[in-house]
Amino acid sequence: MAVRDDIRRIRAIVWKDITTELRSKAGFNSVAALGVTILVLFGLALGPDGPALKDAAAGALWLAVLFAGVLAFNRSYQVELDGGALEALLLYPGARWAIFAGKLIANLIFVTLMLVIVVPVGIVLFSVSVPSTWPSILGVMMLGVVGIVALGTFYSAMSSRSRAREVLLPLLLYPMLIPVLLASMSATKALLFGDVMQETGAWVQMLAAFDVIFLVATFVAFEYVIEV
Amino acid sequence: MSPATSGQFGPPKPTPASLGWVAILFFVFAQVYSVLTSPADAMMGHLQKMMYVHVPAAWVTFAAFAVVLMASVLYLWKDDERADLLAASSAEVGSLFCGLTLVLGMLWGRPTWGVWWSWDARLTSTLVLFLIFVGYLALRSFVEDPQRRGQWSAAVGILGAINVPIVWMSVRWWRTLHQIQSNPRGLSPEYLRGLLLNVAAFTLLVIWFIWRRYEAARYERAAEHAAQAAALGGNNG
Repeated sequence: MAVRDDIRRIRAIVWKDITTELRSKAGFNSVAALGVTILVLFGLALGPDGPALKDAAAGALWLAVLFAGVLAFNRSYQVELDGGALEALLLYPGARWAIFAGKLIANLIFVTLMLVIVVPVGIVLFSVSVPSTWPSILGVMMLGVVGIVALGTFYSAMSSRSRAREVLLPLLLYPMLIPVLLASMSATKALLFGDVMQETGAWVQMLAAFDVIFLVATFVAFEYVIEV
Repeated sequence: MSPATSGQFGPPKPTPASLGWVAILFFVFAQVYSVLTSPADAMMGHLQKMMYVHVPAAWVTFAAFAVVLMASVLYLWKDDERADLLAASSAEVGSLFCGLTLVLGMLWGRPTWGVWWSWDARLTSTLVLFLIFVGYLALRSFVEDPQRRGQWSAAVGILGAINVPIVWMSVRWWRTLHQIQSNPRGLSPEYLRGLLLNVAAFTLLVIWFIWRRYEAARYERAAEHAAQAAALGGNNG
């Protein structure tokens, strides 16, 4: 009964966010362009020689996703605030977590689409040879993105409604994301280099555990940050 | 949620002035006593004396952040604004001592390990703890509405506290794949006495700091409530 209604609510919010984005495309284009730009900057910072670039490719890619993603998360609530739509959204009957779930899924789709553009650019710029285990790398990327998006969607619910949101979101989010980033980078790097130390499995397990912990924590805590 | 009920309290009881004097005098005594009585370490020499400031600072940092966690949970549970003010006061004092712990640790690490910084689990998670609470304090200063500030910072404080053991675990795992961690060495009784004395002295100092900060926070909130009441024409209940 109620669960079905909540699922309908989540779907409506996801659909609304995607429609808004499809009509303008400005947000997605600029965020994806920023992701590519960050990769270029990392490439320049790490120098032109091949081995160093290849070594740093996994780290650079995840940081590019993180830096570009932060803009997407703030935007996700910003579009609501501009028209006073968030108040209306909160006035609708139903559980608060449905709003969080809707925003979370919309951001997941957004960041995943960004990866579709950023990853091939990274492969080219950092001269990465794609290993045969690439489906596992895709899996690691999805797990990493879930962790980043869960915390990002949660913290931007606060930061977007405060003063100095551009500063506040990274300041709150980056330290919290250290475990997720560390696990994602290490697993990606291990897979890129053929998993010689047999460490990928442990990293992926940790990453999955972090995703579960942070998803549960943010779902519970969201009630407190969206009501006021 | 009952926003109107929270914050209906008068000015606080002032912190007893004697507490401050006792804390300072005890701290001076503990430092002098431990420095004079402890023999030079076989490996570190008199550098060992750093232990009497670095280790107590670390311990009271974790105690202060534990207070933040408990006060945040209490605030979300009971909606009592005083818990929020206590959390904020402890977070400020805890961040101060966390920063002190890191700096003292680096000053100690450079001559003993030969490096200012090592990416081991303890150092890294302390640094992350520091960054999380810098974010916590920034959040508090960027949000005006008291109830919003209270609930948001409580959520950030609790999630931050959950995150620290997770960071510890992940950094440890990240490290162990590269090199073995250094082990803390056993402590002989002539060092332990001075250390425990200093931990007590630091604890007293921190209690005094938090109490004073909490008192100031209570006055600030009382003044805000009074200003709000005046703006609303007398009664804000």
